Amino acid sequence: MSSNGALLELDGVSKRFGPVQALDRVDFTVHAGEVVGLVGDNGAGKSTLVKTIAGIHSADEGRMRFDGREIKVSRPQDATQLGIATVYQDLALCDNLDVVANIFLGQEEVSPGPGEVSRQLDEAKMEHRAGELLSGLSVTIPSLRTEVGTLSGGQRQQVAVARSLLGEPRVVLLDEPTAALGVPQTKKVLSLIGRLRERGLGVVVISHNLANVFEVADRIVVLRLGRTAGDFKAEQTTEEHVVSAITGIGEGGNDRDVGTEREEEG
Amino acid sequence: MRGEGAAAPAAVAQGSGRAGLLSRESVRRFVQGDLASVRVVLGLALIWIIFQSQNDRFLSAENLTNLMLQITAIGLISVGIVYVLLLGEIDLSVGAVSGLAAAVMAVLNVKHGWSPYLAIAAAVLVGTAIGVLQGSLFSRFGIPSFVVTLAGLLAWQGALLEVLGSTGTINITDPKITGLANTFYSDAVGWIFCAAIIVAFAAVVLLGHRRRVAAGLAGESVPTLALRVGLVAVISIVVVAILNSDRGVPLALLILLAFVLGFEYIAKRTRFGRHVYAVGGNAEAARRAGIRVNGVRVAVFAIAGSMAAIGGIMAASRLLAVNQGSGGSELLLLAIAGPVIAGTSLFGGRGAVWTALLGALVIGSISNGMDLLALSSAVKFMVTGGVLLLAVLVDAIARQQRQAAGRV
Repeated sequence: MSSNGALLELDGVSKRFGPVQALDRVDFTVHAGEVVGLVGDNGAGKSTLVKTIAGIHSADEGRMRFDGREIKVSRPQDATQLGIATVYQDLALCDNLDVVANIFLGQEEVSPGPGEVSRQLDEAKMEHRAGELLSGLSVTIPSLRTEVGTLSGGQRQQVAVARSLLGEPRVVLLDEPTAALGVPQTKKVLSLIGRLRERGLGVVVISHNLANVFEVADRIVVLRLGRTAGDFKAEQTTEEHVVSAITGIGEGGNDRDVGTEREEEG
Repeated sequence: MRGEGAAAPAAVAQGSGRAGLLSRESVRRFVQGDLASVRVVLGLALIWIIFQSQNDRFLSAENLTNLMLQITAIGLISVGIVYVLLLGEIDLSVGAVSGLAAAVMAVLNVKHGWSPYLAIAAAVLVGTAIGVLQGSLFSRFGIPSFVVTLAGLLAWQGALLEVLGSTGTINITDPKITGLANTFYSDAVGWIFCAAIIVAFAAVVLLGHRRRVAAGLAGESVPTLALRVGLVAVISIVVVAILNSDRGVPLALLILLAFVLGFEYIAKRTRFGRHVYAVGGNAEAARRAGIRVNGVRVAVFAIAGSMAAIGGIMAASRLLAVNQGSGGSELLLLAIAGPVIAGTSLFGGRGAVWTALLGALVIGSISNGMDLLALSSAVKFMVTGGVLLLAVLVDAIARQQRQAAGRV
């Protein structure tokens, strides 16, 4: 495997849940300033791969390298500290807390003072920063002090994306970022992804919507039944190629055996 | 889901329009959230009017001072309970722990001659250790907190009997310990406390406002700030005036206030407090955000155990004794009912530490009023049970309304 300048590199990563082989020797790379679209059918292992990178699950086998160094990500904090930020499909927001509190959850700013425990939250600083982050995303939220539980699905998605950018990450993983969004909001999120690339971040986008993926991705990685079933340069391929890699039927599928396995399973 | 289209034009003017939207937001908060506390204050006023109409000694300075002394122990225990409720958990052992801690203090001080300070510290540590143990069992092994603390309720009651030994009752004579609940300050000192509270509150409000303005954020309007400071000032002055016309400001009330304010600060203004709310709201989200969820849980149960011990010490100080009934009977249920009546949710993630004080005031008023009317135990138990049920009902209805309004 080539490791020339890859920001994040997975080498033969496997993950098993009981009898289910969720990931089977998956190789995966993200370069700085690159948007990788991660596609595949339901149950192909996309979310498991993202959760493995993010430290929610730890891989059973395989190696991960970040910035050329071998890493071990066993807790979400490990990933965050390395500079890998994740926006989950279920957003993982606390509905009882306001927008500012959710954006800074686990990374609260505190005023200087004695005592690790008694230091006061710097609400003004957090609200100011949250306002900057959200206006940078052209986000439409009535008040930063609104409880997140009262927001619409689109607004919640935007809060979650904004939160992922807080720690100045180098890799951002987005799990179905546009699934809950209307057309104008989707456009905003896609252009935001473009801006992340311009800033030199590596971006991984999981999406079912191939049109969105082709609009924003530089490279498209296809997973099928836990295996890498294709790795395409977006400019040099077509939706038909990618679809056939996803389904394992027709041209472009690298591994036809997997297709028969799938039929048995169905 | 599809509110964005309509909201888009407003969002263009987000910066300039925020103040206006904020005020609309604060109106919504008032209607849906803070109305709960207004409702409780109105309920408290109603309770006072009813008892005063039945017995005109109820609102006398002497009885109100007694009321303050009566609610100290329950209020302190409730402070810890609020934290447990914020997690969406329950601690049924706090009553028994308060009795056990008081017994430990009494035995060490009276039978073993320990200094009162060391005996008190040891008693609080017993409460903390019990909380850590129960919190660890709950978080490490996933045993429901209800079951762990129910087992604790029985076990610590047994430990109380064991510690007290054959005598069954230990009288406390050490002036340092009895002084906790039986010290009253002179009028002048009372007014100094009053002024200090008002000045400190005004300073906190003003500093917060200045920090917001310095960060370029919309601050609250000056009349709103003045109203808040004015309200606190009026309440403080009235309370001190009433207390001074009897025996003076009791030390017990200051201890209760200090713990309520301290833990309110921790809950609302510190990282740890924010994490407590987060775990109570969505534990999985908190975990993914890197919060050590189990650590928060153990710490919260440690707080509950410690506050139960402190409440037990204050109760022993007031009664001048520890006996086999210490921390028993309805103390536990009242300590839980208080915050719930005053608006802390049983379902986790919503509430405030000051509801411990307000709830204790409501519960204490009912109990005190019924004693004053010399009602029979039969009536008192039924009324107390009814109030507890009413509180839980109100909480459940509020939750249903939030869900109907799309708030989870």
